[in-house]
Amino acid sequence: MIGRAVSRVDGPLKVTGGARYAYERQDFGRAAVGFILGASVAKGRIVRLDTAAAERAPGVLHVMTHWNAPAQGPRDGSLPDQFGRPWPVLQGERVSWFGQPVALVVAETFEQARSAAALIDAAYETEAGAFDLASHAHLAYAPRTAAVGLATDSVLGDLDAAMASADVTIDQNYTTPAHFAQPMEPQSCLAHWVGDDLHVRPSAQGVAGARMALARTIRIPRERVHVDTAFVGGGFGSKLRVHEEAVFAALAARVIARAVKVAQTRRQVFTITGRRPETIQRVRLAASRDGRLTGVGHDVNMQGTSREEFVEQTATVLRSLYAAPNRLTRHRVTDLDVGLGEAVRGPGELPGLLAVESAMDELAHELGLDPIELRILNEPERDPERNVPFSERRLVECMREGAARFGWSARAARPGSRREGDELIGIGMAAAIRMHFQGATRAAVHMGRDGRVVVRSDMTDIGTGTYTILAQVAADALGVPLARVTVELARSDLPPSPGSGGSWGASNSSNAVHRACESLKEKVFGSSNASGFGRADLTSVVSRRFPDGVEGEGSIVGMADDPNYRNFSQHTYGASFAEVAVNTVTGEVRLRRMLGVFAAGRIINSKTTRSQLLGGMIWGVSSALHEAAHVDPRYGNVVNGDLAEYVVPVHADIPAALEAVLLDGIDDKANPLGMKGVGELGVCGTGAAVANAVFNATGVRVRDFPITMDKLLAALPPAF
Amino acid sequence: MAPKDIDRRTILKSCGVLAMSVAAVGQPGRAEAQVQVAPQLGPPSIATRLTVNGQEVAFDLDARTTLLDVLREHLDLTGTKKGCDQGQCGACTVHVNGRRVNSCLTLAAMHDGDTVTTIEGLASPSGLHPLQRAFIERDGFQCGYCTPGQIMAAAAMLEEARRGAPSHATADLTAVLSLTDAEISERMSGNICRCAAYPNIVAAIRDAAEGGAA
Repeated sequence: MIGRAVSRVDGPLKVTGGARYAYERQDFGRAAVGFILGASVAKGRIVRLDTAAAERAPGVLHVMTHWNAPAQGPRDGSLPDQFGRPWPVLQGERVSWFGQPVALVVAETFEQARSAAALIDAAYETEAGAFDLASHAHLAYAPRTAAVGLATDSVLGDLDAAMASADVTIDQNYTTPAHFAQPMEPQSCLAHWVGDDLHVRPSAQGVAGARMALARTIRIPRERVHVDTAFVGGGFGSKLRVHEEAVFAALAARVIARAVKVAQTRRQVFTITGRRPETIQRVRLAASRDGRLTGVGHDVNMQGTSREEFVEQTATVLRSLYAAPNRLTRHRVTDLDVGLGEAVRGPGELPGLLAVESAMDELAHELGLDPIELRILNEPERDPERNVPFSERRLVECMREGAARFGWSARAARPGSRREGDELIGIGMAAAIRMHFQGATRAAVHMGRDGRVVVRSDMTDIGTGTYTILAQVAADALGVPLARVTVELARSDLPPSPGSGGSWGASNSSNAVHRACESLKEKVFGSSNASGFGRADLTSVVSRRFPDGVEGEGSIVGMADDPNYRNFSQHTYGASFAEVAVNTVTGEVRLRRMLGVFAAGRIINSKTTRSQLLGGMIWGVSSALHEAAHVDPRYGNVVNGDLAEYVVPVHADIPAALEAVLLDGIDDKANPLGMKGVGELGVCGTGAAVANAVFNATGVRVRDFPITMDKLLAALPPAF
Repeated sequence: MAPKDIDRRTILKSCGVLAMSVAAVGQPGRAEAQVQVAPQLGPPSIATRLTVNGQEVAFDLDARTTLLDVLREHLDLTGTKKGCDQGQCGACTVHVNGRRVNSCLTLAAMHDGDTVTTIEGLASPSGLHPLQRAFIERDGFQCGYCTPGQIMAAAAMLEEARRGAPSHATADLTAVLSLTDAEISERMSGNICRCAAYPNIVAAIRDAAEGGAA
């Protein structure tokens, strides 16, 4: 059962429209509708907020502003559980970013709430703000840590000396824009109070975080918040925290004593929801003439805000990637008056590997070495900064397998040398590495007298396949058919998990479920022969001896409490290959084909895993060619804040010749099942593979992502 | 998690605040039930009659109500999704008189007398539509939120292709249309999938098209 290409068990619901997402739930009768009004300035204070007309408008039930908003817990960036931090709304007359919510209108219908919100007369006293990173980069400061508690800096040896004495060096700046996760389901929440208990149907990647954040914001005990987020229409980091929609729904539902639902409009998802910070990255590589790295350096300056620190772990990607005696990696943050930074898929890895793996390609070109050979030459035996062994290390295998499958040997080493009509053709590759994380997780498994199995965890399925893979894990461990297993997820009355996000959900919850199954078997058979039984044995013993069925509980500890994390450097690996055609007349880049080869330990479901990797690879393509949030440096607003102007890949951008290959394996140092995650892995390095293919096609190196026509066209050779 | 039955009778629920009448098509005498729940509020309402998934519905709603919000908020047909509410993502795709439309971009009152098919109406009593089966088999979705729109767009697109309607990807306008992967991708580009299940969606549509049953 483990490893099989099982179709999603929630597939029939999703293809028939039967899966109900937050805003669609009908749990509390007909809900009133809230509509958020955002500030039309980026920095300043509210000097007028006249809600009289809105309050008189047909159907309006309540208008909430900073004058009448209930007291809430203050924002507190020092709380270690980042996703459970309070998210207070309407905290006074200050405006700190463009689109900051200044009012909520609640009405009987959406049309009424929206039109009443437009009747609010708001005026602001504006102040000059700082909106673009480049002209404020000199104000950067060193944060205490990067995200996930990772070190701000790492220093080994003397990089400056290595750069000064090296045969060949690369010292380049790369820039990446702000990105927005933009899941297809906008951030939404339905809330209802029963006495002092708050019932919410948010769209959340983690139940525990949403519960804690709402409890702290609303100021009620955590036990009085009841969360259910059975279906989540994508998250990609942007639903790790609840936002204004959830807090507003909860506050308003209490005020009007009725269920309230609030969804961000798509344009609000570009202002209220956080962003991946814009970066300026300097990559330095020092190498001997034969291609051995003597020094590596990665300096990242990213935008932040003074409201709450978020330090994407962008400068960590090089720390375990290549061997070199002299090393320097540093995170710096420049506070601007923009929306909060938040995790967006491939946090750190996406922008970091775009820069680092582009630089490695530049070095290979300088040295006249094959890019894969350069990477193999600098393959470390142990983690080069922590000096511990790797739990497993399969980067070279990924590159070699990918090279053979993709036809890498056909690559023309000289850029710009392959031409087909008006098009220049090139291929490129990049390496991928992604830290594996582990979070404390519990699960329960129950087998009834009738042999039916129920798996319970508050873990979410945000499209990741959790419903399916946990059924597979339980069916495998208990020896029952998949159809006998029901998986209940994403409710706060179920055993807690850290949720989906950071590529750890599958492995956290699968291991907890696996152990719960072991514990169940132990209860049935005793500890002596928990293994070595037949399917008939377990179900028949349970049906004979356990009239109420039998329950097992299992857990996995967090990485800080797991000696394997101290003793081993744990990662997933990959290598991606891309072929592009660049039109010399228009500068348009078209992806022709792409391959990723990945190693992520044991795979529970080869079908859903491949899908997640392909999706990640397309995110990588997008980071190279498409996605960028453009902030007006005068007014601080995102000028392309919708799905027409914020360009994400559509069908026509992605060729059918896209493949993800998984190397078989088990990482026995990682956890009992030997598995790791893939949610981020497909994103890692894939953008650089595309960028390197563009260089191979044209000889033009664009270091300001994304590589758009305007940046390429000026540097391209004449078309004829 | 056990799949729940999709109850098409949910369509018969009254819309709540506003007046609405429902009649089942094909029933002799067209017995109608009129429910008046609350006084009408706001700007002019417009009496509109639609046939949704084979059932006739009549309502008298706020003129600003989009077809999408009638389906989701008043008929409880939440399979049609609101992704952007401005015609940019395709999650709200339904069929109106057999053609695919973004239901967020069109007011319900503009469709008096029209026939609407949503994802809830695509399967037949005998089982899932071939596209629905192919999407499951090919894993043509992850989070599932764009999926109803993708499937409804694909169903209409296959019909367009069958009629020989050309697209930007059609090289020869005089030849018999061949539904290549490039044609499928071009014709499906109004439907964004942020999970980026594109290769699997194209494979699913190809399977359904080759099966000839779509």
